[in-house]
Amino acid sequence: METAYESTDPFTPDTRHVAVIAAGLSDPSSTSMLAKQLSQATADALAQRGYRPVIHHFELREVATDIADSMVTFSRSEKLSAMINEVEQADTIIAVSPVFKASYSGLFKSFWDLIENDALIGVPVQLGATGGSPRHSLVIDNAMRPLFSYLRMRVMPTGVYAATEDWGSANGGQDTQDAESNEAYLSRRIAHAGDELADVTARLDPRPRRAPSQPKDLEVIPFDQLLNGTDQ
Amino acid sequence: MQFGVFTIGDITPDPHTGKAPSEHQRIKDTVKIAKHAEQAGFEVFATGQHHNPPFVAPGNPPVLLAYLAAQTENLILSTATTLITTMDPVRLAEDYAYLQHLADGRVDLTMGRGNTGPVYPWFGKDIRQGIPLAVENYNLLYRLWREEEVDWEGRFRTPLQQFTATPRPLDDVPPFVWHGSIRSPEIAEQAAYYGDGFFHNNIFWNKEHVIQMVRLYRQRYEYYGHGKAHQAYVALGGQAFMREKSQDAWNEFRPYFDNAPVYGHGPSMEDFTKMTPLTVGSPQQVIERTLEFRDWVGDYQRQMFLIDHAGLPTKTVLEQIDLFGEKVLPVLREEFAKNRPDDVPEAPTHEFLKARKAAGNAPIAGGGQGSQAFLDREKAKAKETESN
Repeated sequence: METAYESTDPFTPDTRHVAVIAAGLSDPSSTSMLAKQLSQATADALAQRGYRPVIHHFELREVATDIADSMVTFSRSEKLSAMINEVEQADTIIAVSPVFKASYSGLFKSFWDLIENDALIGVPVQLGATGGSPRHSLVIDNAMRPLFSYLRMRVMPTGVYAATEDWGSANGGQDTQDAESNEAYLSRRIAHAGDELADVTARLDPRPRRAPSQPKDLEVIPFDQLLNGTDQ
Repeated sequence: MQFGVFTIGDITPDPHTGKAPSEHQRIKDTVKIAKHAEQAGFEVFATGQHHNPPFVAPGNPPVLLAYLAAQTENLILSTATTLITTMDPVRLAEDYAYLQHLADGRVDLTMGRGNTGPVYPWFGKDIRQGIPLAVENYNLLYRLWREEEVDWEGRFRTPLQQFTATPRPLDDVPPFVWHGSIRSPEIAEQAAYYGDGFFHNNIFWNKEHVIQMVRLYRQRYEYYGHGKAHQAYVALGGQAFMREKSQDAWNEFRPYFDNAPVYGHGPSMEDFTKMTPLTVGSPQQVIERTLEFRDWVGDYQRQMFLIDHAGLPTKTVLEQIDLFGEKVLPVLREEFAKNRPDDVPEAPTHEFLKARKAAGNAPIAGGGQGSQAFLDREKAKAKETESN
């Protein structure tokens, strides 16, 4: 799914490809909603800075069985391959998971397990999570952040957590003594996250892209180095 | 173009009866299958190497292959694969050279690292060293077959001094070696460096891996000066189940597919046949699918098929081999020959290798004079001298 921001020429240097991964299980889902708001905020912030954002929005529920199949065999469906291909060459990434049993969902983890270890080194990533209660908000820092550190990505300092009550509460948004409602706070935080991600993304060169039909070139260590053990 | 059958020797219960053959039965049937393959017109039979149940592929393939050499006339006996990582290269040099004599040269090998992690510690090796083991061990094996006396020191075994591997290879021409890997570029590079062949098992994976790996191997083969990229030696695997009527093949194979080791209980047969080269259908469909492989990798030398697996009764396996022989191989031979450039070589045989060596055309490991690799080395040397 691509937004109206889609560039007519994807190879223009001011285009930035944003891959959005939402691991919500229902449709509609609050995870998907948060992912869309984060990508909109990022797109707006990139556009303000003179870039053309191209949003690639992916719902993992649509490839849930493909991911499971890929785990137990080595094969990948075309749809999943295309998704991984797009994520691996994105300029920036937004990753949003629901909180299940004190962590991200298994589906979310399984997807990232399929990404090559070194495919996303240095790529900025904005994290988001949704849950039934604000008590799970540290899942972003305690569970999600290490996963993307492992992939050596640039994890944005601001994570956006949305609990059920942040989407609209029974008592007119005044759950706390604060002047600001939960909804307003969430919107402000989303906008801030979008700014942050756009700032970092704009400072980096666009990553090389290849046509879907063009297989990745493999890199090779010359055999003399392998033989002499000088490759390490 | 050579066609062959390869086996992993799995003992899998037949889903209709729940019964698995005994090890004895499966081993004897493997011999029957190999002999039947020769009669049906296949040129090659290759066995896996396994050290754990539920497999009866031999721990030392030359044991089976030597027996087959005595039972067959023309079949080329090969492996799929020989574990170069965990086996002592000295034993490999000796065992396969001995086999080569018994089989009058009807032998080649495919090197692999194996896909069973626990095997490494059983043989005192460290799985994290998989690639370095494959690199060092093969380099020693290569030398043992080509140098009368070898002085050698490496990381993974005791040093050798003035060591002579016996017997010497038949006619002093070592068996041809294919290097198999699904997605490690180092192994494609290794195959290219020595001017050896490259094998992709092409079974469980999407075609992108096959295309990438073969392309890399071909480019590097040319870089090392062994020939043009399109002249490099490529072998592929594949698997098929067929009946005259496509629907019969689907109905009959489905219970075996659904319960097969490796991919059973995973994707549906419909999805798996789309994602991987598995073809279930009529002989015509198998022909069409196999011919597609050439579009992926260019004109190639050897096509292997996995036929005896997933608990299929031996009777069915033999019928499949007959169908290949009668309906598939003759058409494939004809089609693969069409538009094949004259300078694309056939798969190497012992006689070919003997003639090539006599003519002084055996590949020079790492690239001889005139190769781009040689020029690059010279350039690097000159640069080093300059900076000293």
